[in-house]
Amino acid sequence: MCFFVRTGRKYVLTCGQCTVIMSFVGFKNQRSIMMSNRTWYGKGIKDGIPIALGYFAVSFAMGITAKEAGITPLQAGCMSAVMLASAGQFAAIQVIAAADTLVQMAITTLVINLRYLLMSSSLSQKIDKKTHFIHRLLLPCFVTDEIFGIASNVEGRLNPFYNYGAATVAVPGWTLGTVLGATVGAILPERVETALGVALYGMFLAIIIPGARKNKVLAVLVTVSMLLSFLCSELPVLSGISSSMRIIILTVVISAAAALIRPIREEEKQES
Amino acid sequence: METNFYVYLLVAAGTLYLIRMLPLTLIRKGIKNKYIRSFLYYVPYVTLAVMTFPAIIYATGSVWSGLAGFVVGLVLAFFDGNLFRVAIGACLAVYLTEWLV
Repeated sequence: MCFFVRTGRKYVLTCGQCTVIMSFVGFKNQRSIMMSNRTWYGKGIKDGIPIALGYFAVSFAMGITAKEAGITPLQAGCMSAVMLASAGQFAAIQVIAAADTLVQMAITTLVINLRYLLMSSSLSQKIDKKTHFIHRLLLPCFVTDEIFGIASNVEGRLNPFYNYGAATVAVPGWTLGTVLGATVGAILPERVETALGVALYGMFLAIIIPGARKNKVLAVLVTVSMLLSFLCSELPVLSGISSSMRIIILTVVISAAAALIRPIREEEKQES
Repeated sequence: METNFYVYLLVAAGTLYLIRMLPLTLIRKGIKNKYIRSFLYYVPYVTLAVMTFPAIIYATGSVWSGLAGFVVGLVLAFFDGNLFRVAIGACLAVYLTEWLV
């Protein structure tokens, strides 16, 4: 690592980072115990700000789609506030627009959002075993792709207040954007909106790449995941699979293969 | 008879809540099995990687600006890792590429 950035100002930066990483490892357990709910909440708000910005831009499209389907801005806002799911909401809007049955609504929602089953399972091992039941009921309200991403990224055990903090800024961003989109349509210049649309993908990269940099297994895992995802969306027969199914199938297959080939060692377990 | 919007919403939101809630309430103990633990440890990395690529290159006006956002995001994430800076960097790369091309 140091070999890369030995010259110039960046050397200092890397040194600083190394110090930070070392101090994190040293005080990890102590820190998790010492950090109050309030501190976790504040940390969640801070990390939730880029999510809120990205949501705001993306949810405009959601509002516009809802409006075209004959849904009022108030209804669209309610939907965004309680569902907090991008693909899931688009699918729900389609079901409503087609006036399908409630059973179809339940099945569509289940299939499109099945990945949350995996995310919540992963989080069940990330939170403290003694986490109160109330938080086990409240935390899942705020498991979106992005909030899940930052929550799995925290050092040591996850405190649910981190998610509540992130949701405090992200939910208004998502809801407000939807309502505005349904009311006035596109107010941002098209190019700005397109550019902001990749904010959330940028965040995903910021979550997975640092881990991959430190750990070769994760580096291989991330590369393989992206390659297979690319192939599955391009190859003739496989590209017929919807993107939500592709996400869940690939997640299960690749994670299971990785777990069999490279089960985590003791020290990695503690990190997770 | 037309189904009320809020009834639809109740069904969708209820289903969604159950999917998110059940694992957290049912799996209350630490899982001991090393393979299941490993599986759950790898899930975030795999699922976020799969969701990001190739979706990011199709999320913009052209494949090139999407690719620019991806590469800049990748490089920034590698050397910096700050959520906000990586997100904004990727956005700027897309904006500038679309402006230039």
